[in-house]
Amino acid sequence: MMPFRFEWLWSDVLVWLLVAGAVGLALYTRARPHLRAPWSRVARSPSGMAAATVLVPFVLIGLLDSLHYRAALPSSDGKVIYATAVRSALDRVLEPLRATREKTYSAPFATHLYAKETVQLPDGREARIYPRLRHGGAHLADPHAERGRDVALKAFRGLTFALMLWLVVVIGVCAMRARHTAADIESVWRGIWQGRSEVPWRAVFCALGMLFVVIGPVIALAPHYHVLGTDKVGQDVLYQALKSIRTGLVIGMLATLVMLPFALVLGVMAGYFKGWIDDLIQYLYTTLSSIPGVLLIAAAVLMMQVYIENNSELFPSTEIRADVRLLALCVILGVTSWTGLCRLLRGEVLKLREMEYIQAAHAFGVSHWRIMMRHLTPNVMHIVMIALVMDFSGLVLAEAVLSYVGVGVDPSMISFGTMINSARLEMAREPMVWWSLAAAFVFMLTLVLAANLFADAVRDAFDPRLIIAGGRP
Amino acid sequence: MTAYIIRRLIYGVFVLIGVNVLTFALFFFVNSPDDVARAQLGAKRVTPEAVEKWKRERGYHKPLFLNEKSTGIGRVTETVFFDKSVRLFAFQFGASDQGRNIGYDISTRMWPSLAVQVPAFVIGLAVYITFALLMAFFRATYIDFWGVVLCVLMMSISALFYIIGGQFIFGKLWNLVPISGYDSGFDAIKFLALPVLIGIISGIGGNARWYRTIFLEEINKDYVRTARAKGLSEVRVLFRHVLQNAMIPILTGVVVVIPLLFMGALITESFFGIPGLGSYTIDAISQQDFAIVRAMVFLGSVLYIIGLILTDISYTLVDPRVRFS
Amino acid sequence: MSAPLLRVDGLSTLIRGDGAPVRAVDGVSFEIAAGEVYALVGESGCGKSMTALSIMRLLPDAASIAGGAVELEGENLLALPEVRMRDVRGRRVAMIFQEPGLSLNPVMTVGAQIAEAVLCHGDMERAVVDAKVLELLEAVRMPDARRRMAEYPFQMSGGMKQRVMIAIALACDPDLLIADEPTTALDVTVQAQVLELLRELQRSRNMAMLLITHDLGVVAQMAQRVAVMYAGEIIESAAVGAFFSGAAHPYSRKLFESLPDRAGRGRALAAIRGAVPPLNRKFEGCRFVERCDHALPRCAGVVPQWSAVDGRHQVKCHLYEQDRPDIETAVAIDVASPLPAAAPAPGEVLLQVKGLKVHFPIHSGFLRRISGHVMAVDGVSLEIAAGRTLGLVGESGCGKTTVGKGLLRLVEPTSGEVKFGGEDFLALSRAALRGQRRHVQIIFQDPYASLNPRVRIGDALEEGMIALHAGGDPGARQARIDALLAEVGLAADVKTRYPHEFSGGQRQRIDIARALSVEPQLIVCDEPTSALDVSVQAQILNLLKRLQRDKGLAYLFISHNMSVIEYMADEVAVMYLGRVVERGAVDEVLRAPRHPYTQALLSAVPVADPGATRPVIQLAGDLPSPVKPPQGCHFHPRCSAALPRCSSEYPDEHRFSAAHTSRCHLYD
Repeated sequence: MMPFRFEWLWSDVLVWLLVAGAVGLALYTRARPHLRAPWSRVARSPSGMAAATVLVPFVLIGLLDSLHYRAALPSSDGKVIYATAVRSALDRVLEPLRATREKTYSAPFATHLYAKETVQLPDGREARIYPRLRHGGAHLADPHAERGRDVALKAFRGLTFALMLWLVVVIGVCAMRARHTAADIESVWRGIWQGRSEVPWRAVFCALGMLFVVIGPVIALAPHYHVLGTDKVGQDVLYQALKSIRTGLVIGMLATLVMLPFALVLGVMAGYFKGWIDDLIQYLYTTLSSIPGVLLIAAAVLMMQVYIENNSELFPSTEIRADVRLLALCVILGVTSWTGLCRLLRGEVLKLREMEYIQAAHAFGVSHWRIMMRHLTPNVMHIVMIALVMDFSGLVLAEAVLSYVGVGVDPSMISFGTMINSARLEMAREPMVWWSLAAAFVFMLTLVLAANLFADAVRDAFDPRLIIAGGRP
Repeated sequence: MTAYIIRRLIYGVFVLIGVNVLTFALFFFVNSPDDVARAQLGAKRVTPEAVEKWKRERGYHKPLFLNEKSTGIGRVTETVFFDKSVRLFAFQFGASDQGRNIGYDISTRMWPSLAVQVPAFVIGLAVYITFALLMAFFRATYIDFWGVVLCVLMMSISALFYIIGGQFIFGKLWNLVPISGYDSGFDAIKFLALPVLIGIISGIGGNARWYRTIFLEEINKDYVRTARAKGLSEVRVLFRHVLQNAMIPILTGVVVVIPLLFMGALITESFFGIPGLGSYTIDAISQQDFAIVRAMVFLGSVLYIIGLILTDISYTLVDPRVRFS
Repeated sequence: MSAPLLRVDGLSTLIRGDGAPVRAVDGVSFEIAAGEVYALVGESGCGKSMTALSIMRLLPDAASIAGGAVELEGENLLALPEVRMRDVRGRRVAMIFQEPGLSLNPVMTVGAQIAEAVLCHGDMERAVVDAKVLELLEAVRMPDARRRMAEYPFQMSGGMKQRVMIAIALACDPDLLIADEPTTALDVTVQAQVLELLRELQRSRNMAMLLITHDLGVVAQMAQRVAVMYAGEIIESAAVGAFFSGAAHPYSRKLFESLPDRAGRGRALAAIRGAVPPLNRKFEGCRFVERCDHALPRCAGVVPQWSAVDGRHQVKCHLYEQDRPDIETAVAIDVASPLPAAAPAPGEVLLQVKGLKVHFPIHSGFLRRISGHVMAVDGVSLEIAAGRTLGLVGESGCGKTTVGKGLLRLVEPTSGEVKFGGEDFLALSRAALRGQRRHVQIIFQDPYASLNPRVRIGDALEEGMIALHAGGDPGARQARIDALLAEVGLAADVKTRYPHEFSGGQRQRIDIARALSVEPQLIVCDEPTSALDVSVQAQILNLLKRLQRDKGLAYLFISHNMSVIEYMADEVAVMYLGRVVERGAVDEVLRAPRHPYTQALLSAVPVADPGATRPVIQLAGDLPSPVKPPQGCHFHPRCSAALPRCSSEYPDEHRFSAAHTSRCHLYD
């Protein structure tokens, strides 16, 4: 008997389909040198590879958070009953963070609450003091005296372990390169550090080193302290930040992906057939893009909210409801980003259709369908690729703004937007509660910056002349 | 040329009709007015009478398209579609769900919006172009490289953080300007300075980098080589030749947003408490006032289409190839 | 001898790219005396343009000068700071470029662009500047100069734009003018005008000129000294007379022999096998060794140094290191294996085109009503016999390509008849036409645009067979692909590869194989060699001739290049502004042209012989717009022999022999 049952949310299904698609595409590309060429140019870009290195842990966390299950409840009569709460594999890993809930705000590494409370002392008197946290630093007998030393020690241990692990990775890569090129490890090592290797391993190692330096101490400290403090209801901010990653990734990737088929089909058709089909498709996207993005999204999300409220019986649990809202948001965001891609594709196809190989196909009487499938679509896929990676960071940023406006993800879903939104209300508080904002800022900046740098590398490798204007709400 | 502009105008009207039909479908087909009423009134246990009353107060009680009970022209005009959609074409926005006069609200609230947006737009454009020209001038040097890195860094920061950070530093830490609020006349300046500044700064990353790409695209063209072969200085090449040609693609992106400046900046206004159309929209969204949202969607589309036509006209001013053909 | 005006010594220029840097210019040295016209000749990619840009220090960002010296009157330009270099550019050394259409600022009036050149080396009053601009425009014989000052480049024809470029270059009376392929983008009659202008200006101002070109004919007409570049270095240098009477380097000789002409019609052209080696590697020996027919053992291992042929005629070739070798005989023997005279007696008519019209509507006004038509093809009639070649010749914009595409219905003709084997192509439905498509195929001009970069060669060749149900089952198709590739001289393993791996010449072979895959009887060859270098062009022309002989193919050979037409065609039709003005057997039309336009066209072709003294018939003005062709004879506004009625009536066809006809009132 399994101690749990998988719970496939819609977004999980799409995420894993996307992963499968990416793996399939990678295998397909591997066998074809002309498709591989731009990717190997990406692999030669130092900033691109460093950004990819930083993105990997984000993606891993996101994937881990996309495996949902319901735990089996202990039962006496042999019948298996599953818990109503849907958890993810990430929740399981982060159990120590999730479960160690405090009463309310506490600062990073704090041992006491941020607000005074009236407590009853052992002698029966009442006093207003900062009470000890239930979990943060609970192992310390005398927090004031011991905390500094304890934190430093634990951080140092984590750091040492991280650096050792980093060294193992570096030596491992060098050894592999050495075996591959039949050179000795030392010369490979020197080549990498002088930046002479074809794949910029130096940049990868630097990025990896920085990641390890941050992650190592955090892993060592997190079980004992609230490294990034706790929020109003006492939840660990680090846990929230880690959970926000999946929301950001899902929106960033699925929004473009959902609408991709439409943009591709309509863009190619408009460019190829011209005439009234083109007029119609142009009218369609001019109409859609003439509505200011935020307003269209707001209107659609508001109407969706009404629908969900009126049909709540369709959504058995909070998680499912939040998930459907997330997907709907992706679709709505997709509708607004679709027009830009469609216009780009149409323009490109207009140029391509005059190419001589298309005329040669006409001279053979090749059908319209085959010309579009075989000759046009493969030749615009690089634009799709670029649009996909370039849109990502904009969408992650858009989520935060939309959640702030109140038309983003479900309030029960942890995301950067909801984190900022709730933290913002505490801005006026004296002294300020800054850690939620800081955490969201750092995590978002890292994710978006890495995504932007990677997108730049992809754009430069696929088509450096393609100008895609930025600018989202 | 005039014929072309007229054609674009007519096309714009057709686009507006499309927008109108789309919004109507979104607001009245996805959920019927009854659904909206129930959701607005809260719980499921609302009585049909309460729903009916809510609809009647806001004019949603009429039939959607055809009023069988009425006669003559009234069969068409006394409908929700006519009241809530067709009247928009005459800029009759009607009353909001809370009973406010939307047209009046718009006419009073657009001024604070403009007071923030126009300076931010004008100064911003100058700043972005200057930055981009500097990077293009020092292309392939460290200045360019770090300039681009800075741009990417700046465009990776959410607009929310620019606002929060700006308010914290200038308002709270240095106490230079009030954190939020608005006043009429010249007193408004102290309230406007920070939102304008933040509006500019938050756009530097994306815009300066984009313009730089356009400049570099132009710099690599043959006519620039001709200009250099004449013995012109790099500065003159950049200002006289590159800038003039690069203005054409820049205009496409810029002119189209000018009319939209009326609509205000959503988040900025709401953070800084500026009583413009942006915060008006945000309030409407949070209060689920669909009438205002519909009005703003329509207004936004009208302004966008005006922007498109302005773009066409501005082309004729800067590009002789368009002007003479 | 006095000190040279320009001395280039060991100039090297690198282009950085993905892999090892490309040595685009690799140790180039030469000298130009004051007032001398020095030609740098070579095929594309040999580094001649990079040499010019290096002298001006106008290299693109990816390229940089790695070594050497460029001395202008003893002053090393490469050592000057950029600010001082600016004084050199324009004032002492000026440059004009290949693409006049791209080389002028599109949003500035030409007057302002010239004024800028006048002004940038000294302040002047506005009126003085304007007068000077006008004077320059008149010096380059710009018609209606005063009005043109206020116009923008897009309002001018290519020839006029190049005149503006020349005016800019002359603005400060430079000592040296660098002309980088100044006429390559121009039509042959316009080329004649511009060359004439350049020659005159050079003589009257006693200005030195560095002329960069791939066209030996242009060299013969313009230059006093010539240097041949190959793979980044100069391999031969001589006075023009000596060079054209006895080129020394095996590569230079091959260049001459690969020029197509009428005399060579019966035989194959000398082609250079293989391709230019990549320039990102080091060379141990002579760069030409792999392609040379006279290679000695040491050629592969020892880099040849300069040897004197006689006097100032020098060559980098091991053959000339001792006394004059027996290369004369060796080369003489080489003059290509003869190809049996093609063309059996004209067979039955395969394709008959009658009154073909292709008009493109122009929409304007606010209802987008059709306000006019571009009459790209306006009533063309042609006949092609089985196994023969009809050359269709004319300048750009005359509609010759549209004829080719129109008869295949790649563009929809407006009216007319295209009869092939009793079927009228223009009357068939799209489905019915499909059945006929296998009989007529087309090959295109741009080898880089004619193959889909994402489709393997084998699949590209198979596509037509699948679509037209030709070639049998998949196994038979594969066998056929192998046979086709062998036929065009490519290995069978080519079919699993992608187009980007092939050079222009190889792609053109693949293009031909693709057309052959459905066994057509007629192939429309739309400028098939105009994007190729002459040595590669010779390979392709040879291939086309051999295929015609072996398979009895008929060609509609469309070209702007008279020599190629002379070499390839049996009959020729000359087009002007959408109509055929003269038709006939190639010997009749090209030897005794009747139409004034044909005469002008033929006289304008530069001949690779410095001794040739043919008067060039200069045509007045530019090609009129095909939207509003002139009344009467289309050619009359530019015709020097125009009669009064030429402007009112379109001339009837005059027959001079069984095949030779022309439309001109002179023969009424």
